[in-house]
Amino acid sequence: MVLITKAPDVFAVSDMSSYGTHILGSAAQIPIGEGRRFEIGGMAIAVFRSRQGRVYATQAECPHRAGPLADGLLGGEALVCPLHNFRFDVGTGEPLGNDCPALRTYPVSVNEAGEILVAISGS
Amino acid sequence: MMNASEKQKLVVIGNGMAGARFVEEMVNLGGQDTYDIAVIGEESCGNYNRILLSGVLSGSHDPNDIFINPLDWYAENNVTLHSGVRAIGIDRKGKMAYGSGGLLLPYDKLVIATGSSAFVPPMDGLYDDDGDFKKGAFVFRTLDDCSAIIKHAEGARRAAVIGGGLLGLEAARGLMNRGLEVDVVHLMGWLMDTQLDSLSGQLLQQSLEELGVQFHLEKLTTAVLGDDRVTGLQFKDGDTLDCDLVVMSAGIRPNVDLARMAGLHVRRGILVNDGLTCRNDQDIYAIGECAEHRSQVYGLVAPLWEQARVLAERLTERNADSAYVGSRISTKLKVMGVELAVAGSKDPLDDDDEVVTYVEPNRNVYKKVIVRDGKVTGAILLGDGLTMPRILQAFDRGEALPENRSELLFPLAADAGPSLNVEDMPDDAQICNCNGVTKGRIIAAVDGGCRSLKAVCDATRAGTGCGSCKMQVQAVLELAADGLVADDPSAHYYVPGIPLTKPELVGAIKAMELRSVSRVFEALAGGREDAGSKHGLASLLRTIWGAEYEDERDARFINDRVHANIQNDGTFSVVPRIYGGVTTPDQLRRIADAAEKYEARMVKITGGQRIDLLGIPKEHLPAVWQEVGMPSGHAYTKAFRTCKTCVGTEFCRFGVGDSTKLGVQIEQRFQGIESPHKMKLAVSGCPRNCAESTTKDVGATAIEGGKWEVYIGGAAGSRVRKGDVLCVTDTHDETLLIMGRFMQYYRENARYLERTYDFVERTGIERLRQILVEDGEGICDRLDQDMQAAVDAYQDPWLEAGDPVHPNQFVTTPAELTAPAAAAR
Repeated sequence: MVLITKAPDVFAVSDMSSYGTHILGSAAQIPIGEGRRFEIGGMAIAVFRSRQGRVYATQAECPHRAGPLADGLLGGEALVCPLHNFRFDVGTGEPLGNDCPALRTYPVSVNEAGEILVAISGS
Repeated sequence: MMNASEKQKLVVIGNGMAGARFVEEMVNLGGQDTYDIAVIGEESCGNYNRILLSGVLSGSHDPNDIFINPLDWYAENNVTLHSGVRAIGIDRKGKMAYGSGGLLLPYDKLVIATGSSAFVPPMDGLYDDDGDFKKGAFVFRTLDDCSAIIKHAEGARRAAVIGGGLLGLEAARGLMNRGLEVDVVHLMGWLMDTQLDSLSGQLLQQSLEELGVQFHLEKLTTAVLGDDRVTGLQFKDGDTLDCDLVVMSAGIRPNVDLARMAGLHVRRGILVNDGLTCRNDQDIYAIGECAEHRSQVYGLVAPLWEQARVLAERLTERNADSAYVGSRISTKLKVMGVELAVAGSKDPLDDDDEVVTYVEPNRNVYKKVIVRDGKVTGAILLGDGLTMPRILQAFDRGEALPENRSELLFPLAADAGPSLNVEDMPDDAQICNCNGVTKGRIIAAVDGGCRSLKAVCDATRAGTGCGSCKMQVQAVLELAADGLVADDPSAHYYVPGIPLTKPELVGAIKAMELRSVSRVFEALAGGREDAGSKHGLASLLRTIWGAEYEDERDARFINDRVHANIQNDGTFSVVPRIYGGVTTPDQLRRIADAAEKYEARMVKITGGQRIDLLGIPKEHLPAVWQEVGMPSGHAYTKAFRTCKTCVGTEFCRFGVGDSTKLGVQIEQRFQGIESPHKMKLAVSGCPRNCAESTTKDVGATAIEGGKWEVYIGGAAGSRVRKGDVLCVTDTHDETLLIMGRFMQYYRENARYLERTYDFVERTGIERLRQILVEDGEGICDRLDQDMQAAVDAYQDPWLEAGDPVHPNQFVTTPAELTAPAAAAR
């Protein structure tokens, strides 16, 4: 099941700003069950496609020691950092069994055209 | 969720170790969706850890610290607790439980967990005119008993304890700590006679006498002396003993009066079947010390907990077929600081039982293991904490024992290494040296509710690095949990997310023809993916199915998706295959060119005689591989890694075998063979052993006469272990064959992430020789064929450089999707 959302308005974003909703291109660019890193106007996020057909977006680097989360293992709702196996809830960003700060997460969906939409807010 | 009126009424009689644990399990399993739960508890407080009463008596624990569930807990969890109420009757027809003070509780399901009470032997002069115990005489069963003893001990000088069983000795310790002189009076010929044989009983007595306790064995107490208060004891043989305090601890009796009055079938305890249901009433259950199951009445905490869990699973229908089939009882005790473990039967049951004993009277050390059919069926271990965990584990799991029994009775070199005496360590002592976890942090996790090794490791990360500290973590857990340690069943699973052991899992995978990791989750885990189980399953499926395995790249760890080892900055290392560590100027030139062109941040010779290019970004991996034009060295995965060699006969003046040639042959044959953990090999050309073959997973050393000694199970990492000689071979081909056979057997039978040295030790070298050299199970041909098939299926993963499985396989940041481009659409 792919979460289908109406395509929202795409804000014009200056090169320096990452705020707003972005189309990251075809979801097929991310192999199923894996993640990839996306850079948006100077900031980086990690986007994942689960085997259950969901998409998730989190900050790109692990708060523990900056491991590349896009290279992590995804299982159910758990994301495991590739460097030291710290686990997080990929949906909420909450740490699982460790006392790292929670990951920032971003609203993300796939539109009817099969493109990934992610919203970066200013907070 | 049902509304209140539809819920069934569940009444629990008894708020002790079993009753309260059962209620806790019910709450955890969501039992309140179907039941309103009410508990009748005779004591006026919440539920406490009865095991710790001896700690309260000795002053090491404050009474307030031993509560498991204080009164608040019941309110917070919507459990109605009638505390200070004694259950006085059960009306089975009207389905009603009666309590003192006029309490009436209708029930749909009733659980009896009334426990047991102290047995009071008949003695003259025990009671005063009111029918109470004479002043100064006590039993030792409840918190109230404990408080009364402590109060009386303040004005007392000399205490007698009647009963030299575990509880009696605990009471003696407590009274000693309160500054009293203590005499223990025991009816039988040695202490703890139900758990110990006579020799161990005598050694225990010797240890305790050194601490100052006096013992009087084979003494039947006939009278308590003194007019209005205890002044001494009179024995049947005419002797007397002066004392001003007496604790009667002569055994326990199950509390079955209530059940008997209600007409339930009772023998020693209330008779229950495997569903813990009473024989003649399907709506009444009994658990704990009052229940008799398959002729057993249990008095230890582990079986009680097991019963509580099974019954909660049945009643919540989490697993309506859950059955209790009895417990293998083993327990570790500390009797006045003397370490003691007992398991199963204390004596052999028939002539075929093998008894292995070691006695060292000078240090009061005694070890006795009873073996039947190659498995431990009983053990007594006194005064040696180091070997206890392994022997108890072999007993609990019914593991096969090493042929050489002394391997079991004496600590392994690895276990003996760092001091295991965690008790004396300060709280800031570091236990896990990989993750920097202190003793204090582990204790905090235990205090926070972690009761199994797995739970503690998950919560603190202790033991999750190299794993060599797990014994110590376990020891701290036991120290901090005060006897309430649980065995986590998932510790025996092959992967944490699927509740099956390796043989069960392999059986299910084959029977259901599960060829991909996602199919395994669907079929065996209710569709619940578990990240921590994925790579273990992927490795297992590849071993089982070979070419028929349906590869899913997301099941692989990043290293195995991109065939390189991830480094601490997210870049990767590239280690080309250099067979046997023998390279050429041409290879070196290409490696040098690639290192320069792609700006390797470091070029390093590895521990396995290879060359490592470090600091390569993922995007450059395919280009670097193509530039060097060499196959993958697999320095990133759980597989055959390298075969180290020394120069051997080709140049070395001492060489007696062509070690480089054999090393190259080994590496060409086994490159890329996946296994439960990595395999590092070596070949040495003479017994000087310059390639360190004796401490490798598999090694060969040339010996005079053109022969090779084949070693397995060596280690020189987080553990150090000299490998065992599997056999001596005459030719290179024979060496390759036997090495492959062992590796295949290891692939099929080891647990995930179990190194060969643990596997060899667990299986036993004699048994491995019997299977792999003498073909005792008739599987050698099959193992050889399966290894050959795995060898034939080898493909260099670096060929994916020109043929990626996904266009973005080696892409970290999909280039065309960066923000400005996306936003501009």
